[in-house]
Amino acid sequence: MMASSYNAKDEDGHITVSGPGGGTLKNKKPDNTAFKQQRLPAWQPILTAGTVLPAFFIIGLIFIPIGIGLYVTSNNIKELEIDYTGVDMSSPCFNCSQNFSWNSTRPCTCTIPFYLEQAFESNVFMYYGLSNFYQNHRRYVKSRDDSQLNGDIEALLNPSKECEPYARNENKPIAPCGAIANSMFNDTLELFYIDPNGTKIQIPLMKKGIAWWTDKHVKFRNPGGNNPNLTAVFQGTTKPVNWRKPVYELDTDSENNGFINEDFIVWMRTAALPTFRKLYRIIQKKNSMIPTLPRGNYTLEVVYNYPVGSFEGRKRMILSTISWMGGKNPFLGIAYITVGSICFFLGVVLLIIHHKYGNRNNSADITN
Amino acid sequence: IQCEVCVGEENWVDSRTIYIGHKEPPPGAEAYIPQRYPDNRIVSSKYTFWNFIPKNLFEQFRRIANFYFLVIFLVQLIIDTPTSPVTSGLPLFFVITVTAIKQGYEDWLRHKADCSINECPVDVVQQGKVVRTQSHKLRVGDVVMVREDETFPCDLIFLSSSRHDGTCYVTTASLDGESSHKTYYAVPDTMAFTTEQEVDSLHATIECEQPQPDLYKFVGRINIYKDREEPVARPLGAENLLLRGATLKNTQHIYGTVAIYTGMETKMALNYQSKSQKRSAVEKSMNAFLIVYLCILISKAVINTVLKYAWQWSPDRDEPWYNHRTEIERQRHVVIRAFTDFLAFMVLFNYIIPVSMYVTVEMQKFLGSYFIAWDEEMFDEELGEGAQVNTSDLNEELGQVEYVFTDKTGTLTENNMEFIECCVDGNVYIPHAICNGQILSAASSIDMIDSSPGGYRREHEDLFFRALCLCHTVQVKEEETVDGIKRGIHQGRPTSFYISSSPDEVALVEGMKRLGYTYLRLKDSYMEILNKDDEIERFELLHVLNFDSVRRRMSVIVKSSSGEYLLFCKGADSSIFPRVVSGKVEQVKARVEQNAVEGLRTLCVAYRRLSPSEYEEACHLLTKAKLALQDREQRLAQAYDIIERDFVLLGATAVEDRLQEKAADTIESLHKAGMKVWVLTGDKMETAAATCYASKLFRRSTQILELTKKRTEEQSLHDVLFELSRTVLRQHCFSCSFDCLDFGLIIDGATLSAILKPNQEGSGNYREIFLEICRNCSAVLCCRMAPLQKAQVVKLIKASKEHPITLAIGDGANDVSMILEAHVGIGIMGKEGRQAARNSDYAIPKFKHLKKMLLVHGHYYYIRIAELVQYFFYKVLEEQLVYSTLPLYDTAYLTLYNISFTSLPILLYSLVEQHVTMETLKREPSLYRDIAKNSLLRWPVFLYWTCLGVFDAVVFFFGAYFLFDNTTFTSNGQMFGNWTFGTLVFTVLVFTVTLKLALDTHHWTWINHFVIWGSLLFYVIFSLLWGGIIWPFLNYQRMYYVFMQMLSSGPAWLSIILLITVSLLPDVIKKVLCRAICPTATERAQSNRPCLTVEPSTIFMLSQSSSRMSF
Repeated sequence: MMASSYNAKDEDGHITVSGPGGGTLKNKKPDNTAFKQQRLPAWQPILTAGTVLPAFFIIGLIFIPIGIGLYVTSNNIKELEIDYTGVDMSSPCFNCSQNFSWNSTRPCTCTIPFYLEQAFESNVFMYYGLSNFYQNHRRYVKSRDDSQLNGDIEALLNPSKECEPYARNENKPIAPCGAIANSMFNDTLELFYIDPNGTKIQIPLMKKGIAWWTDKHVKFRNPGGNNPNLTAVFQGTTKPVNWRKPVYELDTDSENNGFINEDFIVWMRTAALPTFRKLYRIIQKKNSMIPTLPRGNYTLEVVYNYPVGSFEGRKRMILSTISWMGGKNPFLGIAYITVGSICFFLGVVLLIIHHKYGNRNNSADITN
Repeated sequence: IQCEVCVGEENWVDSRTIYIGHKEPPPGAEAYIPQRYPDNRIVSSKYTFWNFIPKNLFEQFRRIANFYFLVIFLVQLIIDTPTSPVTSGLPLFFVITVTAIKQGYEDWLRHKADCSINECPVDVVQQGKVVRTQSHKLRVGDVVMVREDETFPCDLIFLSSSRHDGTCYVTTASLDGESSHKTYYAVPDTMAFTTEQEVDSLHATIECEQPQPDLYKFVGRINIYKDREEPVARPLGAENLLLRGATLKNTQHIYGTVAIYTGMETKMALNYQSKSQKRSAVEKSMNAFLIVYLCILISKAVINTVLKYAWQWSPDRDEPWYNHRTEIERQRHVVIRAFTDFLAFMVLFNYIIPVSMYVTVEMQKFLGSYFIAWDEEMFDEELGEGAQVNTSDLNEELGQVEYVFTDKTGTLTENNMEFIECCVDGNVYIPHAICNGQILSAASSIDMIDSSPGGYRREHEDLFFRALCLCHTVQVKEEETVDGIKRGIHQGRPTSFYISSSPDEVALVEGMKRLGYTYLRLKDSYMEILNKDDEIERFELLHVLNFDSVRRRMSVIVKSSSGEYLLFCKGADSSIFPRVVSGKVEQVKARVEQNAVEGLRTLCVAYRRLSPSEYEEACHLLTKAKLALQDREQRLAQAYDIIERDFVLLGATAVEDRLQEKAADTIESLHKAGMKVWVLTGDKMETAAATCYASKLFRRSTQILELTKKRTEEQSLHDVLFELSRTVLRQHCFSCSFDCLDFGLIIDGATLSAILKPNQEGSGNYREIFLEICRNCSAVLCCRMAPLQKAQVVKLIKASKEHPITLAIGDGANDVSMILEAHVGIGIMGKEGRQAARNSDYAIPKFKHLKKMLLVHGHYYYIRIAELVQYFFYKVLEEQLVYSTLPLYDTAYLTLYNISFTSLPILLYSLVEQHVTMETLKREPSLYRDIAKNSLLRWPVFLYWTCLGVFDAVVFFFGAYFLFDNTTFTSNGQMFGNWTFGTLVFTVLVFTVTLKLALDTHHWTWINHFVIWGSLLFYVIFSLLWGGIIWPFLNYQRMYYVFMQMLSSGPAWLSIILLITVSLLPDVIKKVLCRAICPTATERAQSNRPCLTVEPSTIFMLSQSSSRMSF
């Protein structure tokens, strides 16, 4: 792009010289500055075996302990995963999964018993997991209207084009619009502890704090400001096609209703991979003496609303404790240990090479 | 004369007729046809206010890269694509705008310059009065008056001058850089005019050729009508034509000059048209890489489309219930859908062709060339000029040179001639007081060896000295003293000096002065000589048969005071000896050869006495040839050939041309750097060979192979060639064991043209054998070369099967053709004018500067651009591969990745990187071999970088995949989404790419630190800002708080560090191992230096200031 104009500059130079009084020889001596003479003081490191050696050893020495630490932490995390899709005939949810229809009014429930081998000591986090569900599909990811979710009245009544084909239904704007909202996960999971006497105790599940704080308080807002009457606010809109109830009936608690419903917010944060989990509930530790979930028999009661059979998906319920480094993730620890060991090993190899070739080079230099 | 006019009418279209003062010619002459000529407006600007936008855009989109991005952008606008049109539109818009602003600004400057030139005042003679008008109002045929130190406003025919002899002095410094004063001659019939009225009364027409760019050629004729007589025709040549841009000097004013070419038709304007562009080898490999990537892009898009349709074969996959298409989409035909998908993939992956690379490369070249111009070591105090960059496109080509073709005179040698001796009939005369430039008193400065003047000898001696005093085109410039009184040199005061376009002539005339014969001046076509006895001799100068490089001689015809007609001729021995009929040829020849071996330039002098009838005939021939409008050159040559014969040999002169300082050192360095140096000269073999020995091109150990006319006369060309190639090849077998013997080849122009002659049996064969011989010779000397042959040689080597990179260096007009032909043309701002420098790609003051130019600047620029290109492909590929799996990153990141996050460090690297210090590069020229043959941009290297890019991309993606897979990264149990995943990968990407560059940087100045760490910091700050606010003008808020959330998670940090380490590891290992096991010369040189170099700049500065003080 500049090449063509370079010639032009040339021309320009000639023509200015040819003006009256031109053509005198000026002393065009260049400035003797360090920059112009390319003599800026500089640090000139070279990667030789000698200089890299210590770095490798140090990396090895740092990475291996970190890796071990991570691995141990990860191993101490307890995790339980229950698949309740109901693909097998033997599965308790088989019936529900087979008899699914979008417009059935009677909810289908199934109960899955399970045994907890080890007590979960600290706070327990309850997740639902889906497989083979492409939340990262390009068409899917875009299909939302952030302005609408942020409480913009204008956008509430005129959803963005991106929401198509889930923007309008029967000439009414859908609130919340888009494919993501439309496909919101709507199974209800409940957990019961069967104590040794055989009594069924419902475990209290907390639904606050499952969404990012900034999402709940800044990014997602109900339209109409602090108007508590959400029914009036959402007047003129219709519910997403696949939903059973409108958005203003998601919860009875006004702090958790409408767009700021935490289950909704969690769903709206699309997952990166087709197999994903999302935080559903938190089981808080009440007493430091008793474990949050003692070992024993439990049942999971599912209100089975969400169809996954059509795309060969799976549904899971996951119970997990959390450490400082999050959930169970042995891979990070192993990776650290491996990389640390490789560095250490390379350090040794380089040490040998340095000894073998370094001397040869030095002698060669002397002869030069 | 009327007949002569008819001759010129053959091609009437090619000439124009100008009516002086717009007056109609008297009846009887041809009808007055007013022709339309452009006005005298100079338009150097490209655009006007109205056409700027369309024209500029059109020009920019003619570039293939820009067009490609425009297409991508349009595709994005039309179809629904994964990325918004902004991602490709914004960079394109940025690039186009910046270029447009730059070009617009330059054009505005040009407009301003045009304006000031077009409006500068000019004096025009109208109705016998001088009227002041503006330059652009000048029309063809106007009569203009120019005063001293004014610049000619257009191309003018010189009618009369304030000087009585009808001459004026002109400097063409701004045209061709020659600051010497040149004499121009008024038309003889009008030179007597002194007032406006007289000039205005002139009734004449001028016929001349249509404008053409050659500054030194002009053919025309003036027809002067007087009192209804037949018009008088006079020839007009270049000596009557005053060029626009030249300046009048030492002449009070010149009256009555006629504008013949105006405005854009002036020779100056015609000369500044752009030359054909040269492309560098790096650019070629860059384009090759681009094609590879384009193929990857297309195949990727195809594969992806196919895979997509294979995958979505089942409708549940294609349209699961949670993700339906819109009705419009569903109704589209599947083929159209597939095609739009293909386009969408193309758009998705279009970043693989980096738009920013083009911008960065251009900027690197443009800015980088300043370092060459700024280099103080390439500044010459004497000339007051440093290196000059005419094209910045070839910076890196300077690091790739394999063949250097150099001119001898003025390039290897100083072109500062000094008279050494002369020999008359075998007797040698040496002026013993050698004082350069100083003129000594005429008395007793002759030292004659073996001189016993007899009558015959005495006569030859007199003729010889007179010949040298008369046969030249030297002018005497008289210096004015303070009180303004001109003093002649005959008063014995050194107040005048000689000026000539040829330094040989000045040396000869000055030498003559030292031998007692002083050339005083040319006055009213009488040449005055002060002879040994302090008497003034006057000769009438009748004709000058100018020097040209084909004839290689010049002559003058003079009439002595005794009425004798004499023709003196001086020229190269080869052009004189065949025309000599008597004289002591043997003795002179021996002396000439001896001098030539010593490296002196020799000229032979001969004369011929003309009888009046012979003179008449010669005169007729010359006038006839000079008056011709067509083929004047050819006719003149024929005339010269007829006149210059039957000479009597007088003697020979020897002039020394000293080697330029450090020429030998430079050639030695170039040899060590693996370059083959060829000397191409018009000089004769012995002289040229002597220079070659002096400049260490040939060493004592060099075995010289001769391929000259002399040898080919003895044997056939065929035999000689085969014999030589056998010698060379035999040596080639031995050379593995001992390479002490190297070959030097000497070839002359005649043999060369025989070898290159087409349509000859087996000529292709000869050519190959010749190239084979050359390949095995470390040095080649081509002597007796015509300018065009020089270019032929360069072309021959350029076209040989290795396609080596050639460099031609020269200083004179005769080198221009080879400078234009070679890959890199370097001009020396020498004494033979500026043509070479003007036509070159780079101009340097001295030959010795070539060393730094190639070994330091060329090396640096090659290393820099090679890294730049590879790095760009690497970083784009890396981004690509990761990106292709999912639309992972936010649009803003994608757009800014190449524009701002990663572009500045590499640009800066490519400007200031010095992998080895300058001192080392200069000390060890052999390091240049490390980068020869485009070694850093070969396919293996490219493959290595590509593999590195693929490896890194795999590490990023799968690393993140496994780390992220199905797990929680925060301590509050909340999950990350796909944007966090993308941001994490992107962060790793930006850091890896930047740190990879940091690993490659060998020269960390504060700027490097600032830019590398600064750009990382900028990335972080940008991310914080981008995610920190709900941006009101955006319709999505996907990045809101994503970056902060990521930073708040420990495992995310750990993963980032791990991934960066892993992706940088292979490169570090490769570097360390290569260096340890098989270090290249460069790497050895690197480890030899201490880690922190103590800068010699302080010492340098001290010495600089002291040297300034002493001035």
